[in-house]
Amino acid sequence: MDMHQFIALIQANTAVGIGLMIGLGALGACIGIGIMGSKFLEAAARQPELVPMLQGRMFLLVGLIDASFIIGLAMALFFAFANPLLSRFG
Amino acid sequence: MSAENTTPTAAAEGLSGYIQHHLTHNTGMVLGGTFHWDSWLVSLGLGALFCLWFAISARRATSGVPGKGQAAVEMVIEFVDNQVKDVFHGDRRFLAPLALTIFMWVLFMNTMDLLPLDIASGLVTLFGGHEAAHHTFFRMVPTADLNTTVAMSLSIFLLTLFYSVKAKGFGGFGKELLTSPFHSDGTAGKIAMVIPNVILNLVEYLSKPVSLSMRLFGNMYAGELVFMLIAGLLASWITFPFGVVAGLAWGIFHILIIVLQAFIFMVLSVVYIAMAHEHH
Repeated sequence: MDMHQFIALIQANTAVGIGLMIGLGALGACIGIGIMGSKFLEAAARQPELVPMLQGRMFLLVGLIDASFIIGLAMALFFAFANPLLSRFG
Repeated sequence: MSAENTTPTAAAEGLSGYIQHHLTHNTGMVLGGTFHWDSWLVSLGLGALFCLWFAISARRATSGVPGKGQAAVEMVIEFVDNQVKDVFHGDRRFLAPLALTIFMWVLFMNTMDLLPLDIASGLVTLFGGHEAAHHTFFRMVPTADLNTTVAMSLSIFLLTLFYSVKAKGFGGFGKELLTSPFHSDGTAGKIAMVIPNVILNLVEYLSKPVSLSMRLFGNMYAGELVFMLIAGLLASWITFPFGVVAGLAWGIFHILIIVLQAFIFMVLSVVYIAMAHEHH
């Protein structure tokens, strides 16, 4: 195989990897936030006087759940624009 | 902002080259290691700005009708103090100012993300011309640099160790390290449980600073990269309107992320230090 084929192979696999990183990360984060949001709304409908207390905690947890997805997104974008595996070829 | 670059990059063109240029730090060699001048300068300047602002409003504080500036500062202080009060039950004289400093400093550093992406290179172009701007690297968001966030979380980690030892003594801390998650009654059981306990405790202790720093870094880095991608849309007239809309939408959403990440960093630091005070 010559160099072009090597580079194309790495790029193709990286593209699939980027898709998986963003897609699966988004899937997990969305399911998590969806479950938490529905529980929050249920609790708010049941006991509206607890809303101010619950809201702060909900946003805290949104940040915590979202963070792992965002970290994955950052890694995926890093691979998309400055692929460290490809720069080995010079 | 020195006009010298120590890392010669390949002259990549187009959006990819633009992004790579914007992701390169302004580095210098200090004591044999690479030193990021830009992160250091911006974070130090913002920390000084925070101290100056709060010190001045503390000097000017009146017990009468507060002005707008004093009201804003009081709101921030009260908000942080309430958060600390919820988590930590004890003497707050050290922890509340620490939390306030973390919150405001991280907030200021994150807010640098909202400044226009090309403001640094624009200034260099204005004063030094295009050629100087091509060789000058400057990243404005210190929290999008892993070194800054790891340094902050390591400081928090050392503080948790210090407070564990202070609250329990060296003996209590060591005993907790050896016997903590799995308890056993007999002496043989205790000895058998030492190795799993130490491994679990090590994982628990080390995962805290790693997750704390990676969370903030990842959020800010991804935000910065998305802004760069949107800036790529502004390059041609056809995609310009989409770029404006996308930039506006992401900017507004990013305000939420900025405040949220500063808040989370503060709350988790307080939680970790409060956990260090607790006895198992």
